[in-house]
Amino acid sequence: MAKIIVDGIEVDVPPDYTLLQAAEAAGAEVPRFCFHERLSIAGNCRMCLVEVKGGPPKPTASCAMNVRDLRPGPNGEPPVMLTKSPMVKKAREGVMEFLLINHPLDCPICDQGGECDLQDQAMAYGVDKNRFSENKRAVEDKYIGPLVKTSMNRCIHCTRCVRFTTEVAGIAEMGLIGRGEDAEITTYLEKALSSELQGNVIDLCPVGALTSKPYAFHARPWELVKTESIDVMDAVGSNIRVDVRGREVMRILPRLNEAVNEEWISDKTRFIWDGLRTQRLDRPYVRVGGRLKAASWGEAFAAIATKVKATTGSKIGAIGGDLASVEDLFALKSLLVSLGSSNFDIRQDGAALDPALGRASYIFNPTIAGIEQADLILIVGANPRKEASVLNARIRKRWRAGGVKIGVIGEQVDLTYPHDYLGAGTETLADIAAGKFAFGEALAAAKRPIVIVGQGALSGADGRAVLATAAAIAAAPGRDEGWNGLAVLHNAASRVGGLDIGFVPASGGLDTAGMVAAAGQGALDVLFLLGADEIDTSALGSSFVVYIGTHGDAGAHRADVILPAAAYTEKSGTYVNLEGRVQLSNRAAFPPGDAREDWAILRALSDVLGHRLPFDSLGELRKALYGAYPHLARIDAVQPGAFADVAALAASAGSLGKTAFVNPINDFYLTNPIARASAIMAECSALALGQVAAAAE
Amino acid sequence: MLADKDRIFTNIYGHHDWGLKGALQRGSWDGTKTILEAGRDWIIDQMKASGLRGRGGAGFSTGLKWSFMPKKNDGRPHYLVINADESEPGTCKDREILRHDPHHLVEGALIASFAMGAHVAYIYVRGEFIREREHLQAAIDQAYEARLIGKNNVHGWDMDIYVAHGAGAYICGEETALLESLEGKKGQPRLKPPFPANVGLYGCPTTVNNVESIAVAPTILRRGAAWFSSIGRPNNVGTKLFGISGHVNTPCIVEEAMGIPFRELIEKHGGGVRGGWDNLLAIIPGGASCPIIPAKDCEELIMDFDGTRAVKSSFGTAGVLVMDKSTDVIKAIARIASFFKHESCGQCTPCREGTGWMWRVMERMARGEAEKREIDMLLQVTTQIEGHTICALGDAAAWPIQGLIRHFRPLIEERIDLYSANPKPVEREMMEAAE
Repeated sequence: MAKIIVDGIEVDVPPDYTLLQAAEAAGAEVPRFCFHERLSIAGNCRMCLVEVKGGPPKPTASCAMNVRDLRPGPNGEPPVMLTKSPMVKKAREGVMEFLLINHPLDCPICDQGGECDLQDQAMAYGVDKNRFSENKRAVEDKYIGPLVKTSMNRCIHCTRCVRFTTEVAGIAEMGLIGRGEDAEITTYLEKALSSELQGNVIDLCPVGALTSKPYAFHARPWELVKTESIDVMDAVGSNIRVDVRGREVMRILPRLNEAVNEEWISDKTRFIWDGLRTQRLDRPYVRVGGRLKAASWGEAFAAIATKVKATTGSKIGAIGGDLASVEDLFALKSLLVSLGSSNFDIRQDGAALDPALGRASYIFNPTIAGIEQADLILIVGANPRKEASVLNARIRKRWRAGGVKIGVIGEQVDLTYPHDYLGAGTETLADIAAGKFAFGEALAAAKRPIVIVGQGALSGADGRAVLATAAAIAAAPGRDEGWNGLAVLHNAASRVGGLDIGFVPASGGLDTAGMVAAAGQGALDVLFLLGADEIDTSALGSSFVVYIGTHGDAGAHRADVILPAAAYTEKSGTYVNLEGRVQLSNRAAFPPGDAREDWAILRALSDVLGHRLPFDSLGELRKALYGAYPHLARIDAVQPGAFADVAALAASAGSLGKTAFVNPINDFYLTNPIARASAIMAECSALALGQVAAAAE
Repeated sequence: MLADKDRIFTNIYGHHDWGLKGALQRGSWDGTKTILEAGRDWIIDQMKASGLRGRGGAGFSTGLKWSFMPKKNDGRPHYLVINADESEPGTCKDREILRHDPHHLVEGALIASFAMGAHVAYIYVRGEFIREREHLQAAIDQAYEARLIGKNNVHGWDMDIYVAHGAGAYICGEETALLESLEGKKGQPRLKPPFPANVGLYGCPTTVNNVESIAVAPTILRRGAAWFSSIGRPNNVGTKLFGISGHVNTPCIVEEAMGIPFRELIEKHGGGVRGGWDNLLAIIPGGASCPIIPAKDCEELIMDFDGTRAVKSSFGTAGVLVMDKSTDVIKAIARIASFFKHESCGQCTPCREGTGWMWRVMERMARGEAEKREIDMLLQVTTQIEGHTICALGDAAAWPIQGLIRHFRPLIEERIDLYSANPKPVEREMMEAAE
């Protein structure tokens, strides 16, 4: 620890702290533009200048100087730093003036207005007069894709966007060209950025140079009602803030959570909001004479009751969708059980995951933050860049820190960081697990390895054996005490929660594939789809399909009765992310039209079916839920899986067949019904596919 | 005046063979092995004792700089980088060394590398120096061939020299920007600390020296530190290449003793000011970034670090720009402001935005199209840039303007008065002609 006196207050900070951090530790505010905690230090904005005693008589950039680099006083006193001296005030005013001389006066029409660092700091540290009587610089706006709008006149050249895209997102597509006052931030070729995390540059940009293109001119920040919630676009469970005006979601921003998403979110998370407005199911429908007809809730329930009462429990099934909350699934499972059915499944893709094997067998045991402790990462049958973009950024962060080997078995993809491509499928996995090749040897010697197993590897015929092999690698001798390297990479927000509450076939029940097959053969009379659109809905034969969901997607097209439900921004629900972290989303807006929250629909339906569910409010539902599964009550906490389960799973390792792993996500932008209803996502998807085609030519 | 026997650069005018043969005749590579055998510490002590101050402009003790290199090798290689990116307007001394006396530099590189434990030296040559690079490369090739450098050379210290050719950016003469450029990146200065002696080229301990500083080292070590330090004034010792350009009768590069009076330098070597001494208006003593010195201060001016400092300027690289009374000094400084605006790298705010602002105001002032209050404003803007930037280019851009305002404020005011009495004269004449 090193002592430093900041504005007369002595603080004790680690010697590798920057002066800026030391100032914050002492409670002194230091303005900054280019400095960002998660990016490399550029030191170019010069806003954070402070006065340091004992050095040369000029201000020092506090973001770029370490406490240990300061000289102590003549008698060994701690170094002295001033953040409020006349020299500092003058320096800040000077830098602010320089930043403003070429900055346009378009705050009234700038989307950053109201949340602009330059605006705020000009108020706090600037002067009120303008001495610059020359013409302002004009810079051409650049096209960098459909998501980020540029207004380059406003750019202050802090290079945060450049550093983010190269360091965190891992694409070297932005840069500063030209020099002096002609320097410009550009992609040079003016093509769309190819990152799934590019939207974060909007948050990073301290001015209005990079703003959200879809949100442009739609709202002002002070008009918006902000609700803190959880994202469901993937299984990472990114912490988000949903900004709503009236009933409409206007934008989605990340929230800070060091354990999950740091402060990044993927583009799908950020720009999905226009999909919440289109293709919405806002009233119940009943299929009459082959056509869907609008109906009242009573008519819809009556139609379902007729079918349900005409059959037996064993011929009723339910499939849980990817966006369902734990409460919804709990209500549906309770209803099915009370109807005497054991056919329900949350695994739309048929992944070989089974809660009976213990929680450790289906969660991301090392945790997302734990990736940073790994000394070796083996990715099996997954493309984390598309399945969990934010998690992929964490792997990249680990890679940047150095000293890690990363291997991939499965499809050959660009993960934004260099890795050893080992092979395509199960045979390679068997070899590596047996310690063959250089990577296998490194794996055998690793202390804290992570084996990331994707759904692409688990949903194949060898899924169970792959999982067991991965467990065997994780449980191999020589690993650090307490380190559990088995990491199942989910891509559906509902999956871990569903597995936690046992939303899988009870004994003798049918799984997803079984239900679809049974429906096709006429052996399943009634099938509930809780927002489940990723199955082959054309193969459901003549069974009576009840679709409870939000969007007119595949499931709704096949449905015989549609019950309109609430999207994730319109209900409070529990979501368990891939590492098993229980998080609570909040209602930011109300569902459209007659749509209701899913659990309430099921509760009302249960009454009509004569099997009334034992809860009348969300509170009562949660009470029942928490009673049955106590770990779900511990919000924001991870209930760790037992390592013994992994060891037991490892012992059950069967022989691997010969299959190549196929990644489950082809199109990052169109993975769920909300995304498929979004025009922005459609544009991104077309662009991404076009880029792939262009690259192949 | 410096005696011929005390000259280090005996072929600075290129009258003789610049190659190895000629260099050997002139005494280069003589007893280099003995110098190396005397050891690292001896060399550094001698360099410190000689009082040689860096010839690149900042005037930092060369021996001290060499001593900053880590004594123990921590596994990282050490590098010597020689800055031949001579781009300062008014300075062209290194160029003469490169093309006419390159073996001084090659030998100096070997000795300096040995003194700092480096086996590799890079010489970063300015982009516009084509012939200079060719000569330098040829000299290095000759040295390799004669096994003076290279692996298993006669001196017993493995040594490789690589010549890197810049692309013509002034900022790449800043030592850390030079390192960035050498690494293949965009030439933008780095933040300091860490200093290059710790984390330099490719993250390894590096010393960056000016061409002249390195080129004089062999002769100093051969003839002794006492010889070198006996020339000139205390703290400003040795010989120095002076460049004389501008309004003199015979512009030239000349090796002279430090501390030579300015008038003597001009009269003896520059052939006097054009139109006589009384026609002198002002000088810029050491390249464009040094503040201007008016004629009245030139009478007693001593040309060395302390002498120029006494008149609030700086010695720089000793590339003297002489301006006679035909010079529009405001326009001259405006042109220098334009240079710095063009060469600013654009990395940090004060320099990026400030150099353009200063240039535009200067252009108006050159025409007189300004307000008198803008003079103080301009002066204040220069202080907002000076000392607030990552590298010294901000300072370099501010000083000429500060010097101009310090010495020629009445002239600026007069021009403004002249203009405001008759604004836009061209337009008026045209209107009258049309009537």
